[in-house]
Amino acid sequence: MTDLLAVSGLTMRFGGLVAVDQVALTMKERQIVSVIGPNGAGKTTIFNCLSGFYKPSGGTVHFRGQAIQGLPGHKIARLGMVRTFQHVRLFKEMTVLENLLVAQHRLLNTNFIAGLLKTPGFRRAEKEGLERAHYWLEKVRLTEFANRTAGNLAYGQQRRLEIARCMASRPELLMLDEPAAGLNPNETDELDRLICDLRDNDGVSVLLIEHDMKLVMGISDHIYVVNQGRPLADGTPGQVQNNAEVIKAYLGEA
Amino acid sequence: MNNIKSALIAAGLFLILAGWLMGFRLETAGTRLVVGNRLDTAWEWLALGGGLVFLAQLFHAQVTRPFKLLAERGGSFALPAPEEKPMLFRLLTLLVLAGLIIWPFIGSRGAVDLATLTLIYVMLGLGLNVVVGLAGLLDLGYVAFYAVGAYSYALLNAYLGFDFWTCLPIAGGLAALFGFLLGFPVLRLRGDYLAIVTLGFGEIIRILLNNMTELTGGPNGIAGIPKPTLFGLAFERKGDSLFHEFFNISYNSGYKVIFLYLLALGLVVFTIFIINRLLRMPLGRAWEALREDEIACRSLGLNPTLIKLTAFTIGAAFAGFAGSFFAARQGFISPESFVFIESAIILAIVVLGGMGSQIGVVLAAIVMTILPELTREFNEYRMLLFGLLMVLMMIWRPQGLLPMHRPHMEMKS
Repeated sequence: MTDLLAVSGLTMRFGGLVAVDQVALTMKERQIVSVIGPNGAGKTTIFNCLSGFYKPSGGTVHFRGQAIQGLPGHKIARLGMVRTFQHVRLFKEMTVLENLLVAQHRLLNTNFIAGLLKTPGFRRAEKEGLERAHYWLEKVRLTEFANRTAGNLAYGQQRRLEIARCMASRPELLMLDEPAAGLNPNETDELDRLICDLRDNDGVSVLLIEHDMKLVMGISDHIYVVNQGRPLADGTPGQVQNNAEVIKAYLGEA
Repeated sequence: MNNIKSALIAAGLFLILAGWLMGFRLETAGTRLVVGNRLDTAWEWLALGGGLVFLAQLFHAQVTRPFKLLAERGGSFALPAPEEKPMLFRLLTLLVLAGLIIWPFIGSRGAVDLATLTLIYVMLGLGLNVVVGLAGLLDLGYVAFYAVGAYSYALLNAYLGFDFWTCLPIAGGLAALFGFLLGFPVLRLRGDYLAIVTLGFGEIIRILLNNMTELTGGPNGIAGIPKPTLFGLAFERKGDSLFHEFFNISYNSGYKVIFLYLLALGLVVFTIFIINRLLRMPLGRAWEALREDEIACRSLGLNPTLIKLTAFTIGAAFAGFAGSFFAARQGFISPESFVFIESAIILAIVVLGGMGSQIGVVLAAIVMTILPELTREFNEYRMLLFGLLMVLMMIWRPQGLLPMHRPHMEMKS
């Protein structure tokens, strides 16, 4: 079976600065894989390269065997790789429900004439869209806020909504960029359970960037460590925790 | 006490500055310049001005208070979306529509004619509202699509003899095509850059029309564009298949005015209907989302360029419809009718009405077309008054005349 995601030799240069240098990673279906590293290590740059927001300067990215490096972001998202952002990027003036509906854009009936005439097919597609939105609201416990504008939600709720919004677009690979940032310990635990739930019950694989080591060590199947744009180590949580190089990178030389 | 002091200083400053400007004059005495004293004639004005400045400074707080209150109170008001009160909304729509249909038979001919012009601007405002208010793309050359619509009808009629009803959809389609062609390369740009390119496009179209003399008649324009017909019945005095002969009534040129008004009304209703549907379609939601966060849109698989392009194209199509109607109503068009100020007025209508608010746009279009007519007696001060009004408006109600809640999708429990 081919890997879900196979990255090799990924490099990103900004002028003379090499932000990402020869990064490689692979993940299989229904795995939770984390990328960790000190601040400024290039984790988010890797994400931006994978999700098509940057055009990588070198290397290959294969998603289900298909080369996707250099494709524009929306095409990669349509293939089933959807990401969240380090800073919440919701449609703040729109309701929670509408946020979820926009995410389903490619699944809905966008035929111009059908929408103008409200054909049965159009109505059905809209109804299904609402049902899917409902399912995800239930899952992230935001049902009672469905008609609230997204900008008025509490921070933790906005984080959950962002994940729900990604899931509503039916991805195969969910890429989370520091989803626990700014959450309290309770909310982080809840996030932990949510991510596992998504993998077990909705069949999605998760690529995670995170600083919260308890979360990362608890749920990851495999961890990649990057430092100064270069891959430093990889392995299971246990292996990474005991790797001398990793400890040095995080804590400095003894 | 403090007030008096600052008021005195302000008045003193005014006297010094104005006294210098108004009280002395350079006069030529032979080959030399002499400073002439005019204080004896100017002192009345100086005293009046000084007094005014003094009083204005003294009562500054009292004068601005009501305006401040107005601004604060008006801040949170917005019309409810139709979904929030469906029955009331339906009733109101019916009443207003009935009123608008009956009105031309009562109103004076001049008023009906002015109303027709207003309706054209309503349509243009609604069309531009899709681009600026909904999709958030600043388009300063909207009048170009209006021109394309108008010239489509005029030229197709002049060369191929097509009538209004054939040309109306063609004009809309051609304007949409131009919107598409322009949008394709430029919609990668954002904000100010897009505004400049569209501004340039508007001018290009006008200059092109001006210079392609063999085809468009250049600055002389195209005259004798026929009026629309009612199922083939013309509203002229002489000719074949005439309206008044068919119904066996005596000829009255007022019929034509009323017919044009009703036709414009129909077009506006059509526009409102389409845009309302669009707002509730995935496409409408995507416009909204794109205006808020383009990056998030891209990450969810929405193609920003394509979505912007649809907004641009649809907006242009409405301008095309309006343009062909305009050509039919005027009977004569020239590049003069499609100058930049038209774009600016349409944009002002959208901003004045409250971005994205359809009722606001309608109201603003009425204000913007009727106000210049009402203030005609002020002659050269007309535009000054107009500008002043806009400035005051933006200070007190930056959110527009009648902001409106967007129709939200609601979850029914």
